[in-house]
Amino acid sequence: MAKRSAPEVNAGSMADIAFLLLIFFLVTTTIETDSGLNRKLPPIDDSTEIPPIIREKNIFQLNVNKNNDLFLKTGGEEKIIKIKDLRAAAVAFLDNGGGAGTDACKRCQGKKNPRSSDNFDKAIISLQNDRATKYDTYIVVQNEIIAAYNELRNREFEKSYPNLGINFVEADKRYSDPRTSSAEKANLKDKLEVIKILIPQKFSEAEPKKSN
Amino acid sequence: MSKFKKKKGGEMPAVNTASLPDIVFMLLFFFMVATVMRQNTLMIDNNLPFADQVEKLDKKDLVMYIYAGKPSSNYKSTYGTEARIQLNDKFAEVSEIPAFIAAERASKREELIPFLTTALKVDGDANMGLVTDIKQELRKVNALKINYTTKKGDAIQGLNK
Repeated sequence: MAKRSAPEVNAGSMADIAFLLLIFFLVTTTIETDSGLNRKLPPIDDSTEIPPIIREKNIFQLNVNKNNDLFLKTGGEEKIIKIKDLRAAAVAFLDNGGGAGTDACKRCQGKKNPRSSDNFDKAIISLQNDRATKYDTYIVVQNEIIAAYNELRNREFEKSYPNLGINFVEADKRYSDPRTSSAEKANLKDKLEVIKILIPQKFSEAEPKKSN
Repeated sequence: MSKFKKKKGGEMPAVNTASLPDIVFMLLFFFMVATVMRQNTLMIDNNLPFADQVEKLDKKDLVMYIYAGKPSSNYKSTYGTEARIQLNDKFAEVSEIPAFIAAERASKREELIPFLTTALKVDGDANMGLVTDIKQELRKVNALKINYTTKKGDAIQGLNK
């Protein structure tokens, strides 16, 4: 008796089925946004210690009202500022270098206006917003302030380590990338720390006012 | 007897497609493994603002998500139009945040707790009052590392849209 071979299953449509599934998964999965502005909140301070007195010229006081207008008070003058001018104004304030003697700022390249900030370490940016301020305005203001700090940190990083060929932001990204080798990380960490100490982010947020 | 026998007919042999399903399955598995399914069903509008000084959030398992925004159209009749907080899959009050953070912390290994970051996914239209309340609650439970999740793009142009 002749041996009867089992008929082969037709697998031609298998590819179609798999494609269908593949397309379903491609369409339904959303890649979540996982980037943003990293910030650190101040811990709740219960101590009754009197805070150190800060001279007015070292404060860059921003106030966003409920109509999303931006008021800037620094160096004894108060004015309305447009958001697009904020980054340049913040850089000018931080980079001013108006200090003398022990407060002198060697690396500042600003105008050395005696009515503006002394040096990077003394300059403080303060932000106050109203409870009715829109969140997207707040984020833009935060973004511009971070941008101002990053601009100066980039400049100083490139000046201090010209042979690396990268700026501060790129170095920071490289440092936090899990694929970077640990030797390079250790190398970058010291350099990033030096710049972070040179230009500290002294940014304070006041508790918001209630709008009446 | 010739070694090189002439083939019958001049037709082209069909390309063997037997391995095509394997290739497609491989792609399918890749996508199934690589894509992250949304953990929470959003019940709010969540139109994130734009920013360009962004840093990436690595290590997704160390992130706690707090959503806030106006209830989306399906929930408007029940929950109104005022911006609200969403924790996991339901609407929550500001006062529920400490419990949420505690639950998230309890689900992680102890040595990882200092590295936990809270990602605030807040709708651009929300008021700062709500965000400030969230931040106050986070300060109370000492969850100080936060991340304002944003889309990447020009911040000022994004504002004018």
